[in-house]
Amino acid sequence: MKKTINVVIAGLGGQGVIKASDILSEAAFRSGFEVKKSEIHGMSQRGGSVTSDVRFGPQVLSPMISPGEADFLVVLAPDQIEVNRSQLRAGGVLIAPDLVDPAKLSNRKSYNIALLGVLSTHLEISEEQWLAAIHAVLPKKLHAANEQAFAEGRRVAAVKV
Amino acid sequence: MSSTDRQLLSGDSAIALAALHGGVALGAGYPGTPSTEILEYFSHIGGKAQWSPNEKVALEVGIGVAYGSSRALVTMKHVGLNVAADPFFSAAHTGVVGGLVVVSADDPGMASSQNEQDNRRYAVAAGVPMVEPSDSQEAYDMTLAAIEISERWKTPVLFRVTTRVCHTQAPVQPRAAALPMPAPHFEHDLRGRNLIPANARPAHRRLRQKLAEMAVWSETTPLNYVIPGDKKLGIITSGVCFMHAREVAPDASFLKLGFTHPLPLEKIAGFVRSVERCVVIEENDPYLADAIRAAGLKVESKPEMFRFGELNVDRVRRILAHDASAEPARTPGKPPELCDGCSHRVVFQALKNLDCIVAGDIGCYALAVLPPFNTMDCCVCMCSSIGIGLGLRHVLPPAEAKRVVSVIGDSTFVHSGMTGLAEMIYNPPPTGHVVVILDNSTTAMTGHQEHPGTGRKLDHAPTNKVVYEDLGRALGIEKVHVLPLGKDCAEFQELLQDSLASEKLVLIVARRPCVLAAKNIREYEKCNQCATAKEVLAK
Repeated sequence: MKKTINVVIAGLGGQGVIKASDILSEAAFRSGFEVKKSEIHGMSQRGGSVTSDVRFGPQVLSPMISPGEADFLVVLAPDQIEVNRSQLRAGGVLIAPDLVDPAKLSNRKSYNIALLGVLSTHLEISEEQWLAAIHAVLPKKLHAANEQAFAEGRRVAAVKV
Repeated sequence: MSSTDRQLLSGDSAIALAALHGGVALGAGYPGTPSTEILEYFSHIGGKAQWSPNEKVALEVGIGVAYGSSRALVTMKHVGLNVAADPFFSAAHTGVVGGLVVVSADDPGMASSQNEQDNRRYAVAAGVPMVEPSDSQEAYDMTLAAIEISERWKTPVLFRVTTRVCHTQAPVQPRAAALPMPAPHFEHDLRGRNLIPANARPAHRRLRQKLAEMAVWSETTPLNYVIPGDKKLGIITSGVCFMHAREVAPDASFLKLGFTHPLPLEKIAGFVRSVERCVVIEENDPYLADAIRAAGLKVESKPEMFRFGELNVDRVRRILAHDASAEPARTPGKPPELCDGCSHRVVFQALKNLDCIVAGDIGCYALAVLPPFNTMDCCVCMCSSIGIGLGLRHVLPPAEAKRVVSVIGDSTFVHSGMTGLAEMIYNPPPTGHVVVILDNSTTAMTGHQEHPGTGRKLDHAPTNKVVYEDLGRALGIEKVHVLPLGKDCAEFQELLQDSLASEKLVLIVARRPCVLAAKNIREYEKCNQCATAKEVLAK
């Protein structure tokens, strides 16, 4: 992989935007890439819009993704799609919340990880590194539910393709 | 993972790790975005860290540590340095023995702040050296460098970071062997540390002498370095702007400044002369550009429109292209709001129902200025609610004065609200006054930090507790009420109405734990019987 991959994860406070970006950046780091992950938090727990920028590749300079330069936009809340659409580059991939059915998750709170499962099918990061990152970032009691959610995301993506 | 493995760390965590490796004996501070996580992480990895009531006290504790030949890390957000400015300026005069690193976390663009303030100005005003990292690795390396600079010149060091450095995670390679912790001991230095005028005059001369020496050192330190490139364009920059600029103009020549006070003016002059066009890329104030131009050098600064907000790749591209056209407006996202079940909702519903004039303060409750409440008339700085409320009471016609209420959170009150109450006792307005402490048992806005009113330390272990109602009575406030808040505002509204009508000095402590923190608070309280609260938290 020669170029820097830009992923914007967006949603509302409390949905796990930051956790998802922690896991993505950890998985990329474990895969040997340079990584920068940046977001504005502070008021984020109060239900407002939250976005996190993750950039990885052989070299990463600025921690922020410029408008129109995201390769992937992962959105956890339907009403945050239009707010963030301008982040995507032409030909960039939108991973929208309707891709995964929450009823198929053993814990609905793992929705963020299910969308990471969808994202994972587009990236050069092995499933092994993804699972290692999930284990490193989340407490042990949440591992099983999030592995299931991640697998469900990958399954849905495979069906789509 | 060992603490010397290469790892992903935020700038805040990198500062904390370097403090641990740099033999810092004590970290002190007051929570404030984007600085809060530094001390939390320092404590998490085994450092001794504590929250102080406010930034001034934290810095004074740090000065004491440094007088005792130990190393201190003092952390705050940019406005915290306004509060700590008094000891900051004087400590520059007295000097220190152990390293004293003062972190100022600035917030360009005001993601979570009440003003946009460039604290690089403080380094010049106080006469202290300043370092500015551009990413997590530099945050780590420069924390260690700052300790060494502090001890070499026996001066506090201003460690200036911004939101994008504090809150960006990036790889950090820690050092295998860092700085061993010095043994604390005390040596008298009566003339050096007692700033009576006869001592302060020579102290100021010593300070200027140190700065002259550091200006020479600034010319050769590797913290300031040139990246040779195309001679058509030279860029002078510092902090995270370096990263944006490198991405926009990878072939340009760069002068990257990490030690930004005193500036290496000869090195800068040589660089300016070596390139055809020289542009200074910096956020907020033209601190570098002004200093460089004052030295008689010809450089381009940014158009005024880029003083406001953060820079990014797109904005740096515009600066380099002389593009001052209007920037595209970003689609506004969903604003934050008071949580469902938040106790502040009850209080602000009552204040709205009674059409109060509300002198507000810093905290989650500032969200009451937004719909559906629109019930906060001002929010200026930490603990301003009490003084401003009193000022309004003194001058407004009685009918209006009697509607004025000061509203302040529990952590905010401890910060510097006690002096406001002393003012109220000392200069009571003719119509009395009502102060409401919104006690949700935590510093909610910054992510649930402890404070002297919770009875728990930074790591949630039990300690002594400041009790507001006792404090109010001890100060001599006529009426002190404690009201556990329910779901409904009627009871609070009735008490508030009676208090306003009484025309007396009234303190109401309206109490209910933050809905987001309540579960953890119950756990900590249960843990008071355990060996340490940390054990349970680790589960």
